[in-house]
Amino acid sequence: MSESENYALAVNGEVREVKDAWLGESLLYVLRERLGLPGSKGACEQGECGSCTVFMNGNAVCSCLVMAASAVGSEIATVEGLNPDGTLTDVQEAFVSEGAVQCGFCTPGLVMAVHHLLEENPDPSEHAVKEALSGNICRCTGYGRIFAAVDAVVSVRKEMSR
Amino acid sequence: MPVQLPISLSSAIEMLANTPNAQLLSGGTDFMVEVNFNHRHPEHVIGLRNVKELQQWSINSETSTVYIGASVPYSTMETGELAAALPALAQAARTVGSPQIRAAGTLGGNLGTCSPAGDSLPVLSALDATVHLASVDGERNVPFNEFMVGPKRNSRLPHELVSGVTIPMSTGFQGYAKVGVRNAMVISVASVCLALHNDAVSVALGSVGPTILRCPEAEQWFNDLGAQQLTDSIATEFGARVSAESRPIDDHRSTAEYRRHAVGVLATRLLQRGYAQ
Repeated sequence: MSESENYALAVNGEVREVKDAWLGESLLYVLRERLGLPGSKGACEQGECGSCTVFMNGNAVCSCLVMAASAVGSEIATVEGLNPDGTLTDVQEAFVSEGAVQCGFCTPGLVMAVHHLLEENPDPSEHAVKEALSGNICRCTGYGRIFAAVDAVVSVRKEMSR
Repeated sequence: MPVQLPISLSSAIEMLANTPNAQLLSGGTDFMVEVNFNHRHPEHVIGLRNVKELQQWSINSETSTVYIGASVPYSTMETGELAAALPALAQAARTVGSPQIRAAGTLGGNLGTCSPAGDSLPVLSALDATVHLASVDGERNVPFNEFMVGPKRNSRLPHELVSGVTIPMSTGFQGYAKVGVRNAMVISVASVCLALHNDAVSVALGSVGPTILRCPEAEQWFNDLGAQQLTDSIATEFGARVSAESRPIDDHRSTAEYRRHAVGVLATRLLQRGYAQ
């Protein structure tokens, strides 16, 4: 066994100390099991399902494929950090109002992917939405309601910016 | 010090010289899968995420080449200036995993892993790219087609790291095509990159041999024809000759027979696309 690791990560704008960790731990594991941030979900552990999506220096990535100890110096944001006061974001509100949540397991990852998409492209085409969400699997297969939620956010944001 | 995170290339190669057995870590999209499934137990890692030099890319119109640093992610190659300069690379990049994987995965990682299914590798082969290796001994430049020597094997020495790639731009069409079991997030069953450069064709195949395969006989047959127009029979014959040069195997993803067929179809299709432009 390698010696234990001590390092600090910048998560949701805070410096979080990680102590006595194993070198091979993924960022997903450290977030959930060491830092008390269980919003990011673990399922496939191989970057297929997207339920562990977080932002790293502004990019949406699978936290299961980030070696946590190599993320020192990167800005990490999780679903818990979207609205730190605990209220829902407009994307989360839309997921609720459009019925885009079934079992809910994929929801945090999808919410992160949608926030990232609309940050890059405020008015995406249907194909752009499908491609942007192609890395997030919903095994309840509720994709229609998820796309409806994206459309709803786009409409509301357009209305607000008028 | 099991994890080292250099911020400059000079410190990275210094660390690697001191610990040549360290695992070099780029986007992590291959390596962490192996760690998560207990196939690898890293003891010493040099993470290249913060090395500024490796994140650079540039287009040199004088030499008609593109330089891409080892840590540039696929998402950067999919659109914009890089995609305009290297359309085949942009197409290959867009087929890699999901958007989340493309934001993390890099050319340096694809070259380090050197899987025959690596999506960017047929492009580097068809365009005769040069791989740059950096070490305390200086820079070593190796043509991609000599760099990859077997499945997941390359000619990088333990104290060297892949710093980047120089890719010539083709004068004509370049395209990439891939077959997988579905459209998103698949490892390729067979892939082809085809480029037209100064009226000569070059074609490289992925997932149908121990390395990426160029097809020298099919290329020479076509180039000797000097065809002004591409007929269906020439395109089909070209595809058949490409198939004949593939060396696929049966495995859990597909059969040799299907792969041999698929690369022929893809090569015919890409040649027709090239001549339709």
